[in-house]
Amino acid sequence: MNAREKILGKIRDAQLRSNANNGASVENTLSIAQHLAQHPRGPQPPVIGDLLKNFKERCLKLSSDVLETTNRGDVPNLVARYLNEKNLPTQGVCWPLLSALPWREAGLDIQSRPSNSQDAVGVTGAFCAIAETGTLMTLSGKETPPSTSLLPETHVAILEPSRIVASMEDAWELVRKEFKQPPRVVNFISGPSRTADIEMTVTMGAHGPYRVLVIIAPLT
Amino acid sequence: MQNNSINFKKQATIKLADVRLQNALSRLQSRFVGGRAAVISEINDFQETRTAAAAVRDMALNDLEHWLLQFEQQATARGAVIHWAENGDDVNRIVAEIAALHGVRTAAKSKSMVSEECGLNDALEKAGVKVMETDLGEYILQLAHEAPSHIVAPVVHKNKEEIADLFADHHHTPRKTGIAELCREAREVLRPVFLNADMGISGGNFMIAETGSVLIVTNEGNGRLVTTLPRVHVAITGIEKVVPTLEDVTTLLRLLPRSATGQSITNYISLLTGTKSSEDHDGPEHFHIILLDNGRSSILGSDMQKMLRCIRCGACMNHCPVYQNIGGHAYGWVYPGPMGSILTPLLGGLEASPDLPNASTLCGACGAVCPVRIPLPDLLRNLREKQMERGMKTRQETFLLKSWAWLALHPKIYSFSTKIGVRLMKMMGGNKKLIHSLPGAPGWTNGRDFPAPSGQTFRELYQQGKHS
Ligand code: SF4
Repeated sequence: MNAREKILGKIRDAQLRSNANNGASVENTLSIAQHLAQHPRGPQPPVIGDLLKNFKERCLKLSSDVLETTNRGDVPNLVARYLNEKNLPTQGVCWPLLSALPWREAGLDIQSRPSNSQDAVGVTGAFCAIAETGTLMTLSGKETPPSTSLLPETHVAILEPSRIVASMEDAWELVRKEFKQPPRVVNFISGPSRTADIEMTVTMGAHGPYRVLVIIAPLT
Repeated sequence: MQNNSINFKKQATIKLADVRLQNALSRLQSRFVGGRAAVISEINDFQETRTAAAAVRDMALNDLEHWLLQFEQQATARGAVIHWAENGDDVNRIVAEIAALHGVRTAAKSKSMVSEECGLNDALEKAGVKVMETDLGEYILQLAHEAPSHIVAPVVHKNKEEIADLFADHHHTPRKTGIAELCREAREVLRPVFLNADMGISGGNFMIAETGSVLIVTNEGNGRLVTTLPRVHVAITGIEKVVPTLEDVTTLLRLLPRSATGQSITNYISLLTGTKSSEDHDGPEHFHIILLDNGRSSILGSDMQKMLRCIRCGACMNHCPVYQNIGGHAYGWVYPGPMGSILTPLLGGLEASPDLPNASTLCGACGAVCPVRIPLPDLLRNLREKQMERGMKTRQETFLLKSWAWLALHPKIYSFSTKIGVRLMKMMGGNKKLIHSLPGAPGWTNGRDFPAPSGQTFRELYQQGKHS
């Protein structure tokens, strides 16, 4: 018997033991199939009022910075101003699907390629965002490499406001609707990377970005 | 990791005298205990969410075989390779074989308590693989050759001066004392480790049966790095960590960071499914998932099964008056505090940790904060009962408990002897109504006086009350 069979055998024995103890029902297989098909939600805290407003408030609590514009073409200017104000380098990379924005005109050197760890800024989009917690959700793919939001010291995320949903449950529902199965990695990003390992003092920029700038800009 | 919990009493005595340790542990109070209290109010019905979380874990445990098979099937369909390990040695052997198969020389590791159970790092070093811990706390411990003392904040027992010394020694850089500077230095030392590692090793907070995914939760981002950059990823987790659906794990994720660190959500939550596709620029080409039993299956179906609900948040230890004073090392193995006092004897044998079930005042704080409603005080009591049944108590304790049981079953004699007892004790208390030393139980009055009873038993007072 290999380890797999031994472990599963022990689990099966234990299950018989406990079913005898707890009188578990024979309907188990049915309820399992139902549970998978219906994937019921647990209790959710209601998000009261405007999703955008909730999202922005939660972002600030997570120490993310938030800017807003109605003109998507203006995004590079906002990024340039943000970086200049903080005296940060203006070189970086973006997701291929954002390469058409006028980066050069704004005085930025943003290249459309995956990050190589030397890059100072990483610009991404987001699959959606969650108002309950101020979280960005990104899905890996050819056009959306996950390292762009991870290796650079500054992460800029451009968010289409109609993609803000109330909860993580709503976000899963969008994934189910738009894809058959989750991609290689789904990342939920909630503010800059941090650690409190030394004397329980929260310090930003542990291994990932020191700062996250969310720019809310509609596509049209 | 060697189970050294047999020495609990000796270790606890040493730790109790360590003021520096208690100062360090007091930080847990303000950050984690205070932080938790502040964020649980964000959830309207926190208690209802705890009940739902417990139900999710029970659903998984009650049909564990089914959910594991479902997980295995889904994960395999996406290109992951599932390995089953009966014990820590199996895990070490499997990881070494994976390393040999893929020509791995260096590994970057994010925090994994399960790998601590196995003593994986030493085993891999012996197999010729250089392993670097990348969680800041675990990295510091690796430099210091120490074990973690908390499952969430592994290096809570050290202050920044000690860490500054370690870094100056090992990095050969001028000694820094600012916390931000120390973090920056570790970041710069570890970044090349991520970029050059052949293999990433992580734990797995949860497995999702529905999608065959492993979910990991980190604040630092090292969990994302070790699962994104190296060409091989090995995730090691316990067989009990499976949950049915994405919605189910979401319920647990509302409670895990709140209970653990007082955060509404952890910085990074990554759902990892399968290997890199031909289109992906990054991600591992090989994804191995190791499922460890190590005694868990023997807890299943027993009167201790609820312990397997545990999601390793650490709240029970943060709130435990025993842990708060002695820290994690005294417990002698990977898991400290109330959950460790139960898990260590269950996984390593009650005989090997006779003191742990008794390392609790049964104040109830652990059970009250546990996000998955594990009745920790009840489980501790179960273990004490088992010790009694197996004759593991001292002769004195057994004699006292047996006498008490006999007395309690004989109401007349009970009533008579308690009447004498309280009158005697009243006399001993004198004018001040305090007893300085209790004959037969000196430990009780070593550090405090025992308040003398009024001279009448409860039953006598009750009878009087009934007639007046
Ligand atoms: S027993 Fe409960 S409180 Fe303790 S670590 Fe596990 S889940 Fe958290």
